[in-house]
Amino acid sequence: MKPSRFNYYAVDSIDAAISLIAQQGEDARFLAGGQSLVPMMNFRVAAPTALIDLNGVPELSNVRIDNDGALHIGAMARTRQLETDPEIAEANPLIAVAAAYVAHTQIRNRGTIGGSLAHADPAAELPGIALVCDAEIHLRGLSGARVIEAAKFFDGVFTTALADGELIEKLYFPPWPEQRCWAFQEISRREGDFALVGIAAWFDMDASGAISDCRLAAIGAGDTPLLLDSPAQTLTGSVPSDALFEKAAETVAGDIAPFDDIHASADYRREVAAVLVARTLKTAWERRR
Amino acid sequence: MTRTYIGKPVTRLEDRRLLTGAGNYIDDVKLPGISTMAILRSPYAHARIQSIDLESARAMEGVIDAFCAADLDAQLPVIPLRLAPFDGFERFLQRPIAVDKVRYVGEPVAVVIAEDRYVAEDALELIEVEFDQLPTISTIEQAAAGNTLIHEAAGENMGTRYTVARGNARAAFDDAAYTRRERFVTNRHGAVPMETRGLIAEFDPEAPLLRLHGATKVNFFNRRHLAAAFDLPETSVELIETDVGGGFGARGELYPEDYLVPIASRRTGGPVKWIEDRRENLTATNHSRDIVCELEIAATAEGEILGMRATVQGDMGAYIRTNGGVVPSKAAQFLPGPYRVPSFSCDVQFLVTNKTPVGTFRGPGRFEANFCRERMLDMMADDLGIDPAELRQRNLLTPRDLPYRIGELVPGDPDATLDRGNYPAALEHLLNECGYADWDPGAETGDGRVRGMGIACFIESSAAGPPESARITVFSNGGVEIRTGASSVGQGTETGLAQICAEFLDIDMNRIDVLHGSTTLVGIGGGTFHSRNTVMAGNATRTAAEALKDRATELAALRWNCDARDLAYDDGAVHQDSDRLTLQELAAFAETRGEMLSADALFDNEKKMSYSYGAHAAQIAIDIATGVVEVERYWLTEEIGRALNPAMVQGQAIGGVIQGLGGTFLDHFVYDEDGQLLTGSLADYLLPTTSELPDITAIALENSPSEFNPMGFKGAGEGGIVAVAGAVGNAVAQALKPYSVSINELPLTPDRLRKLLRGAGA
Repeated sequence: MKPSRFNYYAVDSIDAAISLIAQQGEDARFLAGGQSLVPMMNFRVAAPTALIDLNGVPELSNVRIDNDGALHIGAMARTRQLETDPEIAEANPLIAVAAAYVAHTQIRNRGTIGGSLAHADPAAELPGIALVCDAEIHLRGLSGARVIEAAKFFDGVFTTALADGELIEKLYFPPWPEQRCWAFQEISRREGDFALVGIAAWFDMDASGAISDCRLAAIGAGDTPLLLDSPAQTLTGSVPSDALFEKAAETVAGDIAPFDDIHASADYRREVAAVLVARTLKTAWERRR
Repeated sequence: MTRTYIGKPVTRLEDRRLLTGAGNYIDDVKLPGISTMAILRSPYAHARIQSIDLESARAMEGVIDAFCAADLDAQLPVIPLRLAPFDGFERFLQRPIAVDKVRYVGEPVAVVIAEDRYVAEDALELIEVEFDQLPTISTIEQAAAGNTLIHEAAGENMGTRYTVARGNARAAFDDAAYTRRERFVTNRHGAVPMETRGLIAEFDPEAPLLRLHGATKVNFFNRRHLAAAFDLPETSVELIETDVGGGFGARGELYPEDYLVPIASRRTGGPVKWIEDRRENLTATNHSRDIVCELEIAATAEGEILGMRATVQGDMGAYIRTNGGVVPSKAAQFLPGPYRVPSFSCDVQFLVTNKTPVGTFRGPGRFEANFCRERMLDMMADDLGIDPAELRQRNLLTPRDLPYRIGELVPGDPDATLDRGNYPAALEHLLNECGYADWDPGAETGDGRVRGMGIACFIESSAAGPPESARITVFSNGGVEIRTGASSVGQGTETGLAQICAEFLDIDMNRIDVLHGSTTLVGIGGGTFHSRNTVMAGNATRTAAEALKDRATELAALRWNCDARDLAYDDGAVHQDSDRLTLQELAAFAETRGEMLSADALFDNEKKMSYSYGAHAAQIAIDIATGVVEVERYWLTEEIGRALNPAMVQGQAIGGVIQGLGGTFLDHFVYDEDGQLLTGSLADYLLPTTSELPDITAIALENSPSEFNPMGFKGAGEGGIVAVAGAVGNAVAQALKPYSVSINELPLTPDRLRKLLRGAGA
């Protein structure tokens, strides 16, 4: 469990990082928190020829909140900061709650939001949160900057829209209405393990008391985090109730494509996804201010 | 003054060293000129080796040597059978490195010795091996069918098979008002200690000397066999023990690496280190617990057990290693447990498959047997409409029944007898502690979950095997040293022995150093297994301390030129009226005479085993919709005769429970049909963590001291683990009673429980 030989470079700016990786070729990788990449290297599942360490790039760690409440989180922000920073929790409470489910404290101290998205484990929490929050992912590469919606970022298991040599600069989370109802729940084998299945949800209400807008996303229920359109359609325009939530939960099966692994069967993930949709919506509704 | 240490929860002597990073584990051992070894392991479960090309690996910069079986003597040694060496097993023994065939994923195929581990692993990638894959035996059913033979010369995949019995089971079943038959499965899992194995060999064939660092558990047995394997006199083999981060039965057995590291050192002429990494650990270190048990019970309508019949099939993996048939044979022996079972018969089968070989793991066979029997008793209680605790009380052996001859339930073992005790009292104590009488299984919980409480009773043998040695020496600087042939695997041996020595010599225990395990310390040693250190090494230490006091008194008599019978020993000194000579002064006097103030002792319990016993209770809550179980509370009582150090005893019990919860819910070596291990890292092989711990109440009872050693000790290392799956399984079954599902197979995963519940329409 020792990695094969690689070159290590520390950089202090985004520009330096992207020009260096272009020189190093396609087998070079960026190093963020290293909580997934380094174990993969130790197992020799990944054998990059060069690591370009982003930990010394201050501009990647910025966290900023606009006057309208929109939240900008630099790619190198640590998961632990997402969990504990009161300003982040104020700007988007779903992020903080979900971040606490990521692995254990030691891993959250090192792991980053950008690293989690770039790694794109379909059972990871933060990609699901980016998706359900309509986050925009800001990318930088030699050919310039571009912005991609979270819904278009995840291509498959461990694969994303990132081009060769491109890195995630930051995530943009749109403003979060104060009255929004939200919740996150997951089932895992042990605390801190990847989710067997997890559900994130929020909904807003109009003046009549009906749901005006909502999003639901599932993790661990397909090759990527998935937006759940069917329950969202069921909810939109209706007045919240346990019966409505149960009805919404019944529609989830068509939106997910879970898999078997040693920790749970696809059947398990399918039925528990429905259970969690109902529970998450109930928790969200109970939390209304 | 009289110092009292025995029975006191004194702080462990080793804790400061270990907790401040001052421990000396095997990877901390640095020797000049040391090189590192890495092992190419089979990626296939069953394959013929067509060719191995080491040239590229040998040519790599930084590589010192590389070898495979073809480079070694024609006759490689076989790993010996130490325990339960049943006839037939000799056909299934393992050589240290694969010859012609590989039989499990992880079997050593080739070895690289290099400047460091990074280079060594790079070189492993350059080794070219042509494998010709063979059909894989991945289940005991396939093994029994025998369409593919793993060891062709054996002519079968059945390692051995035997039947043990007492009474007349056939008659018991014929006459019984009540019978039931169930099939139980316990999951393949293992010790997975925090510190993986590791060895350093220094092999000088000229001296001759083979020094092996990192040894533990049964060093004198291992020395004998390593000496034979390398054609050395025993005195030329030294096994050196370091600090150890967890043994649990798996560490310290002879494994392929115990031969390969010395071979590497002999070939390179310098010291060679091998540290098992976690990926290796999960395929290279013994697995355990892999049992299928068809169990039948016969009883009267009032729930009085008349007999049990069983078939126990053990999946032994690809080879029979040092532990022989311990796991299935002990599962069979312990099936009747602490109950009056007049008639019993068991067909025991040892099946060889293309998986990692099986060995002992804390409570070998007991954990498995207790799960099967205790689940069966709850089913029977339910069938007969008798409360589970009441059913047990009706069948537990009482003080009037004990000692109770259980017969020869393991071939070759002496006829066994359960020693004195009060099994019903230990259960009663537990029932009071957990509030069993007030427990309402049908009560509303308020949080949407369903609760259940389960109980399980156990007996646990301890301290059999060879005698143990101790030597106590007092030095003229005042220091006192204990040497013992017993090992420390992290369980507090140093503290325990120092407590006994300090009490009997009436000295401050901080003066005492305990040196353990290494073959260089004492002439003979029995080793550490079967919860035996406190019993065996503890009593050896006591005897040595008594002998040392006698010798000190004799020396004082010489010094004072008086009759030893007029002298008294007290407060670490020999007294004559108001004069005193301390042990330190007497040690100095002895040194002037050219001798040491020292005494040796050997303790042999002459195979008279003491059985600890007790009961467990688990309270669980299950979320029916997700199958997630939370263990809310856990209680156990364990009669251990006498607690040397109550804090350490409690640590053993709680640690055992946690490890047992892992085996019940999490730990599982999962193989696919090609014999590939799917749980090859700790991301997939799940161990319990501090996040999953219930509130555990562990009560050590000291009401029934062992008659077979002067201090009354019984083993206390395994009672915490052996009944966990039984108690938890019963608790889950009670919670799920309305759904009539069978809790017969471990581990109890959310997926498995949901599958059962789905089948029941929930």
